[in-house]
Amino acid sequence: MHNSDEFRIPIGPQHPALKEPESFSVALKGEKIMGVDIRLGYNHRGIEKAAEERTYVQDIYLIERVCGICSHAHSTCFIQAVEEIAKLAVPKRAQYIRTLIAELERIHSHLLWLGVAGHEIGFDTLLMYSWRDREVVMDILAILTGNRVNYGMNTIGGVRRDISPDQVQQILKAVDTLEERTKYYIEVATEETTIIKRLSGVGVVSYDDALRLDAVGPTARASGVRRDVRADDPYAAYGELDFNVITDDHCDVYGRTVVRVKELMESYKIIRQVLKKLPDGPISVRMPRIIPAGEALSRYEAPRGEDVHYVQANGTDKPARVKIRAPTLANVQVVKHMLKDRYLADMPIVIAAIDPCFSCTDRLIAIKEPDSESANIFTWPALHKYSIDWYKNKGIDFTQLNKKLEERLKP
Amino acid sequence: MRPGKMLREVLGSFFKKPVTTKYPAGKLDMADKYRGKLKFYPEKCIGCKLCMKDCPTNAITIVKVADKQFEAHIDLSRCIYCAQCVDSCPKKALEATNDIELAQLDKAKLKIVYK
Amino acid sequence: MLEFLFKVIVFPGIFFLSAFGLFVEYFDRKLYARLQNRIGPPWFQPVADLIKLLAKEDVIPREANRNMFMMAPVFALTSVITAFLYIPLWKQNSLFSFNGDILVVLYLLTIPTLAFFIGGWYSTSLYARIGSVRSLTQLFAYEVPLFMGILSSALLADSWSLKDITIFYAKHNWLWLVNLLGFAIALVSFLGKLEKAPFDIPEAETEVVAGCFTEYSGRLFALLRLTLDIEMVVGSALLAAVFFPFGLSLPPLLGFLLFIAKVLFIISLISLLRTILARLRIDQMISFCWKYMVPLALLQILVNLFLKGVIL
Repeated sequence: MHNSDEFRIPIGPQHPALKEPESFSVALKGEKIMGVDIRLGYNHRGIEKAAEERTYVQDIYLIERVCGICSHAHSTCFIQAVEEIAKLAVPKRAQYIRTLIAELERIHSHLLWLGVAGHEIGFDTLLMYSWRDREVVMDILAILTGNRVNYGMNTIGGVRRDISPDQVQQILKAVDTLEERTKYYIEVATEETTIIKRLSGVGVVSYDDALRLDAVGPTARASGVRRDVRADDPYAAYGELDFNVITDDHCDVYGRTVVRVKELMESYKIIRQVLKKLPDGPISVRMPRIIPAGEALSRYEAPRGEDVHYVQANGTDKPARVKIRAPTLANVQVVKHMLKDRYLADMPIVIAAIDPCFSCTDRLIAIKEPDSESANIFTWPALHKYSIDWYKNKGIDFTQLNKKLEERLKP
Repeated sequence: MRPGKMLREVLGSFFKKPVTTKYPAGKLDMADKYRGKLKFYPEKCIGCKLCMKDCPTNAITIVKVADKQFEAHIDLSRCIYCAQCVDSCPKKALEATNDIELAQLDKAKLKIVYK
Repeated sequence: MLEFLFKVIVFPGIFFLSAFGLFVEYFDRKLYARLQNRIGPPWFQPVADLIKLLAKEDVIPREANRNMFMMAPVFALTSVITAFLYIPLWKQNSLFSFNGDILVVLYLLTIPTLAFFIGGWYSTSLYARIGSVRSLTQLFAYEVPLFMGILSSALLADSWSLKDITIFYAKHNWLWLVNLLGFAIALVSFLGKLEKAPFDIPEAETEVVAGCFTEYSGRLFALLRLTLDIEMVVGSALLAAVFFPFGLSLPPLLGFLLFIAKVLFIISLISLLRTILARLRIDQMISFCWKYMVPLALLQILVNLFLKGVIL
């Protein structure tokens, strides 16, 4: 601390403003923010490596639990990649059911975001009301899929459960209720003075900056960038449905709120179309246990932005490499730009406006070898050997423990 | 711009029934097909062990006790209630009930044996 | 002597005030919950919280100034209790009164804010320091409208003593209706003193963990929470005495119930405002107070001066 009136305050890893651990080290002068240092990685669980040790069927459930809010997004994206490698022809009814669950998930995620944004600006009433309405969606999902989060609806080759006409009526009734409530939230968000005062002019990202910094999802769409994987690169049943891509010109947190609330209205439109056009037929094809060698990249529009999965298969029943790039990783670079010359009071809402999900984000990008000369990236066997040697130098030997682990993992 | 836009709604809620319930004093009803604790029918099991192969967490173990008679040892603390074993079983010997109140203080009680 | 001690310590002194403060906290939280369509806490929740906090350990940071850290809640609590002794509750007389006691009450109500600042500053924790600085900055914003609102009613009665104010208004029935604009301004400024939304900036949970109270735990924190509850009661009683000075010559039981009703009415207005508004930023709050509230308070003072000069 050279300057006597500038000091560093840690927001995170544990902080009431953040739902998940991440570290923002903020340099403050009074109430003005001078600079932000971001550190991620507190939620790293080794999922990509764990996916290589399990079969494809077991991986469905592992990849689903990357995130609780966008679990169907990750599961569908992964399964689409595997189906592309195996060249499976997924039946139409299964595609439509996947789209239905995807849009229901989008609704629940956006209503959750609305509540969290209200909580960050001190408006707990909005939190309580929007989460009360979110319960309608959670109940529908529990009836359709059997669980409120981590639906487990997908399987390689289709979906696991079918929808009966009775359930179709229940969904339509729920969508009618939700549409009325969403219209009320649009009114509140656009007319309530204190909300407008807190959200306007905060976290400004211009159109050019959004393109340069590679923002995705509603964060980019609020700056006028028309990027939506559902329209650019249609997957599941989106190619046959009619919907708008919502963009807004405000370029700030208020714009992101408007984009998300209007996307809710689009989701209701899409759900009604899906239920009207639901084709008959089987809901899955037979899944091969062994996937032939190949690789595929699949994209999906999660509620937070564009989600990318890369799968490499090598002809066995376990994948060779799974790589996940979550949308928050692209958006978190934009936070630094947004917080320049703003106040400390804006920090929680700016971070909340990109809808961070650090469980999705924390994957490993690259590990460089420790000798500073070479810029080589560690291969997996080299990293393995390096870690064992490092512990041996400290006097800890892992060979016995490894033998026990292998015994335990034998089928 | 109006300050206090939610006033009417908020005052209206004062006269409506609250949406929260007092749990566990009040009842909790889950959907019918909710995935909860597993149920095993030993008379239908043929011991193919496909459920064990497909379980993501190795929560279920099929043990042979006599000729054509099998037991299932399920570890409730490892099960993630995905019901993949229910789908994998060719003879429909497993079923998911909607019992979710499974919390225990004693860890030993979480390992269930179905005979 | 015994009667004096009884009045100061039991009723309407420390015990009654603490019990009433805890009841008011329950009322506020239950109303807040019902307005949000939830059930809310049971009636014994504030008592249970207080007992639990008294049983926990005090953790004092190593770098904090121990004496100031421990004395700050005590200063705050004693000053709000002392302020209660000068307010006429359900009779036209308060326990003690002298000329100028309305100003003394207002200053005694400022001491908790300063005590929170001292407690937060000497905690030496980053969040506590930011919170305490915000608390003082907020003081500059709401103090002037609060004083002007309350003193406008005193101006009409031509006296600085609360007892004389109530006697004046009892003589002129319905004259207190003139002061309703002042009541609105004093109520909104009082939200700033109590640090409730939309002015709960010093204690913003999502920005600075708990503001000046971050490092407090255990028995000191119990004293702080009790101070906040009693501050709510004392402030509402002051507003009720200054702006609703009617029905003060009723028989004792009815007068007591009327007093409780007045205080609960003011508390419900505070809860309602807390429910429907989001939190403002500190610069927005200062500009709101000085741009809108101070001119309206000046208007109320002008009206009162005109009435005093012309009519009375």
